[in-house]
Amino acid sequence: MTDQPLLSVRDFRLEFDTFDGVYRAIDGVNFDLIPGESLGIVGETGCGKSVTAKSILGLVPTPPARVVSGQILYNGEDLLTVGEERLRALRGVEIAMIFQDPMTYLNPVFTIGQQLVDVILAHQRWRPSEQRLNRAQARDHAIDMLSRVHLPNPERQLDAYPHQLSGGMRQRVLIAQALSGNPRLLIADEPTTALDVTIQAQILDLIAELMGEFDLSVILISHDLGVVASLCQRVVVMYAGQVVEDASVTRLFSEPGHPYTQGLLKAVPHPGRAASTLSGIPGTLPNLYDPPAGCRFQSRCAHAMPMCTTVPPLYAVADGQRVACHLHAPEASRAGVA
Amino acid sequence: MAELTKEAHELTVSLDWRERHVSTIRMLRLYARTFARNGSAMLGLGLVLLFLTTAAIGPYFVPFPDDATGSVHIERKLQPPDAVHWFGTDEVGNDVFTRVIVGARVTLQIACIITGVAMLIGIPLGMIAGYMGGWVQEVIMRITDVFLSVPGLMLAIAIVGALGPGIVNAMVALSLVWWPGYVRLVQAKTLSLKNEIYVDAARSMGAGSLRIVFVHLLPNCTSPIIVKASMDMGMAILGAASLGFLGLGAQPPFPEWGAMISVARTYLPDWWWYSFFPGTAIVITVLGFNLLGDGLRDILDPKHRE
Amino acid sequence: MIRFTFKRLMLMVLMLLGLLAITFTISHIVPADPAALAAGPDANVEMIERYRVEYGLDRPLAEQFLVYLGKLLSGDWGKSIHTTRPVWDDLVTYFPNTVELVVFSIAIAVLFGIPLGIVAAVNQNRPIDHVIRVLTVTGVAMPMFWLGLMAQLFFALKLGWFPLGGRIEMMTDPPQAITHLLLVDALLNGHFGTFVDALHHMVLPAVALCFPALASIIRVNRAEMLETLKQDYIVNARAQGLSTFRIVAVYALRNAMLPTMAMIGLRFGWMLGGTVLIETVFDWPGIGLYAVQAAISSDFEPIMGATIVLGFFFMLTNLLIDMIYGTLDPRVREQV
Repeated sequence: MTDQPLLSVRDFRLEFDTFDGVYRAIDGVNFDLIPGESLGIVGETGCGKSVTAKSILGLVPTPPARVVSGQILYNGEDLLTVGEERLRALRGVEIAMIFQDPMTYLNPVFTIGQQLVDVILAHQRWRPSEQRLNRAQARDHAIDMLSRVHLPNPERQLDAYPHQLSGGMRQRVLIAQALSGNPRLLIADEPTTALDVTIQAQILDLIAELMGEFDLSVILISHDLGVVASLCQRVVVMYAGQVVEDASVTRLFSEPGHPYTQGLLKAVPHPGRAASTLSGIPGTLPNLYDPPAGCRFQSRCAHAMPMCTTVPPLYAVADGQRVACHLHAPEASRAGVA
Repeated sequence: MAELTKEAHELTVSLDWRERHVSTIRMLRLYARTFARNGSAMLGLGLVLLFLTTAAIGPYFVPFPDDATGSVHIERKLQPPDAVHWFGTDEVGNDVFTRVIVGARVTLQIACIITGVAMLIGIPLGMIAGYMGGWVQEVIMRITDVFLSVPGLMLAIAIVGALGPGIVNAMVALSLVWWPGYVRLVQAKTLSLKNEIYVDAARSMGAGSLRIVFVHLLPNCTSPIIVKASMDMGMAILGAASLGFLGLGAQPPFPEWGAMISVARTYLPDWWWYSFFPGTAIVITVLGFNLLGDGLRDILDPKHRE
Repeated sequence: MIRFTFKRLMLMVLMLLGLLAITFTISHIVPADPAALAAGPDANVEMIERYRVEYGLDRPLAEQFLVYLGKLLSGDWGKSIHTTRPVWDDLVTYFPNTVELVVFSIAIAVLFGIPLGIVAAVNQNRPIDHVIRVLTVTGVAMPMFWLGLMAQLFFALKLGWFPLGGRIEMMTDPPQAITHLLLVDALLNGHFGTFVDALHHMVLPAVALCFPALASIIRVNRAEMLETLKQDYIVNARAQGLSTFRIVAVYALRNAMLPTMAMIGLRFGWMLGGTVLIETVFDWPGIGLYAVQAAISSDFEPIMGATIVLGFFFMLTNLLIDMIYGTLDPRVREQV
């Protein structure tokens, strides 16, 4: 923890105003990202991981969303208050993002080239005037980017329309687009979920390769612990809009601290382990229109105890591992409950 | 004893009805709630109800019932609106208010007939085309395309030209140009439904074509048909009024709004009320049907919800 | 794109044949006695019989249809009773006026409709959006002829801003006919006064004619923009740092334009039909007024001529719209 964090999310709370009431999507999320680090955010659908990621770039429409409290500090600058104009200057240039479904994130009526060049030209506005690229240079840069994501025939692909490319190729195009502004932080929101398993591995390898090449820090969002384990050094586990555990990947897999994390790990199929040992977590996500008092996992937790009706803080356990569960409360551990 | 079992049986049946339809009832409640929350849809419903009420009972309460079919009172011609003649009087002294109110009934009849005939022709054709497929579909759809490729009003005028001007011929002409829209709508819907699993299931259990069409396909086409019909009532009113205005539809002194404006336009600008009030009546009525159609679409066809 | 165009053209030829079949049916089969109709209202029995033979109305229908096609192709479109001129000549005189009116009118509808739709969508549920929505809802419900009358009443008679009707001032000498489009001819002949005058006469009818189309274009464009702005690729474009203006005006609009184009095509048909009303109201010497006058006196051949010309024009514009559609959407191009 010697480094100043590149990104620091502090006590972030966000709600959606809907017809059915206030939906408390994010409720007090905290985590840091150190430069050069790759951080995974894991959780099931609806746990708020995507909303958190989109909030970093100000991509959650307000209304219906409303930031209740907190800060998202990027190099000490609070992204929640800087305003749209400043965010635009950061998007793609400092912080870039790639998304889940490469089928729908490219505009169907423009060629790959048009979309790449457009983004590159948009970034020029923030560069010193002597370094700005003109249209022809932007096109060359686009071709260069496509070859760096290992898209075959980059020059020819510029004139292709998205529907003419396969899912994996499109994801490469999106990565090329995201990295074309040479950002320092890449947020990857479920980048492989919509792809075939073999393609998944290729894309993950590509991201790992580009991390070194572009000196990137990465936030990888996934519901799949396996994907996170293959790319990340540290993992934040989210449940129902809250962070329940924050640990290094090795620590998380060897000593999962939160009952929810333990459940997640048990649900991951493993070669060499019989399918019968696989188990799901009983129950469903709590109702976030009216969340239960205290720990949000208590209704599904085998270790639930009276204390769980109070909100557990993130208890520091060991090796930088922090767990939001009363099982790790100092007095509880003294009593040997854990 | 037999009495008792019978009673018990009836009891279960009556209970069953509510229970069996509990999901339908809940769905209808949801529809009603969504609709009631939509201000413009409620306004549309209000205007349509006002129009229907006027058409139903208005003619019995008008102040000058004789004026509806065209009597002559030269002594009070072209009087501006006042306490007696709310909408003024026309060139032969007929009360414009009376004629507008009676016109509502005429208009309702015209709109219902045009939309009804168009549906009677269009829905079966669309069903046949969508369900049969193959060359039958080709033929029906190409004919439909041709009809849709001529501006509707122009085609109606051509037909009226052949049949001769008049209210009945105008209705025939408008019905003849109105059905293709329903063919397209129903054909597209039938086509997409035809391969649904439940239709396959019905077919595999030996249901005949007729049964499939009427029991499984038709009910699933009703929502878009209802929406279109509501919109079309408005459009048919506009169409009939347009022909009336051109002198090809209802002939004066028949109390049809378009025909009234056709005469009244020669009395502009000094006797403006004569054409203003029938026109306003058309706008309000058509507006009502359009808003109602929009509101119905919002609840029945959620894909188009904004 | 060439195959796409060719296929659309072939389809159009087929549609045109269908259209002619309709006009043939209406003119040869629908009337109880087409010969009596063709001979005119004052004809006696002998004249009707002479017509029947002269027009081949005693021969089989298929043959009659072929004869009908042949006559149309050779430019023999019959004769108008009330203008006493050949229908073809009348159409050449009147149709260009209608073309000018509808082109001007659809231009207004598109040029105002699309931006207003965008403005409404971008400001969804704000006051400006509500104002635009009220306008569009009323616009669609407005009978075109009544709107024209009210526009005349207010802008021509009360305010005197525009002439009451007609194509140009009575006393003006029309420019030498080159294209038969008055505005173009006036410019080609250098008659700028006539050009301005003709344009001045066109404003009220064109605005009244465009109103329902304008309203539906705004509605569709607004709805489509709202839908498009929710799409993932818009989120991506924002995430990559594109400006809001570029996202709305280029990335979203191009996608929203596809359904809007379809609506423009549809409404253009309304507009062509509407010319019969607007030309009647504004005494505009176009094909619509010509057809109405003919219809009132059951003067048959001019009505059929006008129907064919308007139908053909509508098909042509739809072909054009299909082509634009193909340029806008690569997926449509490849489908064929």
